[in-house]
Amino acid sequence: MRTASMPGHPRGRTEAGARGRTRDPLAPLRRTPVHAAIIAICLLWMIPTAGLLVSSFRDPAAVSNTGWWEALTTPSEFTLQNYERVVDTNNMGRSFVNSLFVTIPATVMPILIAAYAAYAFAWMRFPGRDWLFLMVVGLLVVPLQMTLIPVLQLFTSWGLTGSFLGIWLAHTGYGLPFAIYLFRNFFGGLPREMFESASIDGAGPWTAFFRLVLPVSIPAIASMAIFQFLWVWNDLLVALVYLGGRPSVAPLPVTISNLVNSLGQNWQLLTAAAFISMALPLLVFFALQRYFVSGILAGSVKG
Amino acid sequence: MDRWLQALIVVVGVPAALVGYITVVEGAMRLLPERAQPRVRPWLWTAPALAFLALFLIYPALKTIYLSFFDARSEEWVGLDNYRRVLTDEATLTAIRNNALWIVFFTLLAVTFGLVIAVLTDRVKYEPVAKAIIFMPMAISFVAAGVIWKFMYDYRPPGTPQTGTVNAILTGATPIDPQAWLLDPPRNTIALIVAAVWVWTGFAMVILSAGLKGIPGDVLEAARVDGATEWNVFRRIILPLLAPTLTVVTTTMIITALKAFDVVYVMTSGNFDTDVIASRMYKEMFNVRHYGRASVMAVLLLAAIVPVMLFNLRRFREQEAMR
Repeated sequence: MRTASMPGHPRGRTEAGARGRTRDPLAPLRRTPVHAAIIAICLLWMIPTAGLLVSSFRDPAAVSNTGWWEALTTPSEFTLQNYERVVDTNNMGRSFVNSLFVTIPATVMPILIAAYAAYAFAWMRFPGRDWLFLMVVGLLVVPLQMTLIPVLQLFTSWGLTGSFLGIWLAHTGYGLPFAIYLFRNFFGGLPREMFESASIDGAGPWTAFFRLVLPVSIPAIASMAIFQFLWVWNDLLVALVYLGGRPSVAPLPVTISNLVNSLGQNWQLLTAAAFISMALPLLVFFALQRYFVSGILAGSVKG
Repeated sequence: MDRWLQALIVVVGVPAALVGYITVVEGAMRLLPERAQPRVRPWLWTAPALAFLALFLIYPALKTIYLSFFDARSEEWVGLDNYRRVLTDEATLTAIRNNALWIVFFTLLAVTFGLVIAVLTDRVKYEPVAKAIIFMPMAISFVAAGVIWKFMYDYRPPGTPQTGTVNAILTGATPIDPQAWLLDPPRNTIALIVAAVWVWTGFAMVILSAGLKGIPGDVLEAARVDGATEWNVFRRIILPLLAPTLTVVTTTMIITALKAFDVVYVMTSGNFDTDVIASRMYKEMFNVRHYGRASVMAVLLLAAIVPVMLFNLRRFREQEAMR
């Protein structure tokens, strides 16, 4: 894998359709199977989400008696009451706010802390530097499960279980290896001359970092921010272990996994709840897909 | 209101404290003699990160290995008892078998679909749209994906209208009776794997697609001019050139399969023999409250991942050597 190349596609062809554009008049016809296959796969991939979205707006009676596709021919049955109901009585509103509370600091903290370390790894010389960075690469794949019990014991003795502070700290620790790895590779790719001319002008490391490195690293920071945001927002295991199931602190995934047990077959409510949890990630995804993809490409060793 | 004030303090305070740290460090640097600065500075810039890594990853990982030799409440040394117990326990063996199914089928399906979709969409103009559709599930949580797929697999008795998409298609297109997909092992584990494949195929596709774009177009053009069929171009040129990328994707998928938890927890809670190691560990931790055995489960996961870690380290050093 190429590691340091952020803007996505390196050398080679750039965009779609460049291949196979021969002057054969029958070519479009021959590619019909390709189009058919792609469209079929795309439909297959959209059906599950479409079913969820349609069901969440359907009348409860209709959901339990007929398939969601029936609603496409009888749109009159659509309603917003499922959303009202889950927000009012199933703690979804509170959980949404909790998720924001958990996610925002847990995204900001690892990014800044990792950026400092990555800057040192990339542009300062110190004994043991390469070994320490190798350790970071090794930590990329350590399963979270290895850390749960001791950290839970620590949190219990510090009184941090069930608190937002505890989960921010934990997510910061878990997010760091990938963030350091990503940033160090990006910072390391910056031109040396940039730093040399800055130091001639009398700029210290503080100025070089905040005025030079950070502004030109916006793409890498955006990638990391999206990654960490989605990872924390969507996380179930860490929240379940350190926050517990208390409704007052439960973020969306915890609340929804509880609803799956308590609501059973009330699909109109479960689908509405699931869609509430998906709304923000989908918005981020469609708005910033480019950065998300470049983050994946830059660090595909993360497990 | 109190909550929002707290939120404001956090949103402003956390970045301010972190920027403040480096500002103080650099301020303190001025007090040091010129020659000592480069020796002290790197450690102060890396200190917060190293502290977090030590506290939340290195120390707990070592402690977990240590705890795996202790009893339920981490008080008494029991030697290898936990290992003996866990590795002969029927439930663990089922979980290990299921993880094996996950590794084989999840990896195979996600990588194959990812490759096929990457190669196909490379040939059409609406590639970005098609890729976004396949990639979209990566943005949502496994919990939401679990709800989506539980609904897909929904079962109603034969003769009544099926509300689950899979059973509706099955009963509509064939005379076969509707199936309770999440009930019978090992088919239910495969059903869970399908849900995870739906989520992760986009990931494989994105990486493979980027690898594909890195193959010079003239190489492919030359083969075609020489009369190679599309299949041969794929088999003899694209696949070998894509091999390193395929390795990366495959290892990532294996790690994902090993750590599978959310889908199982949400869709079946590990019932009906669908437990995997991670969900067994959760049960040992919170239902059985046996930290020793739960630690053994974590150690098993780590042991399975160590080869991948070594592989990554080697690959990283090779890359560094080429820089």
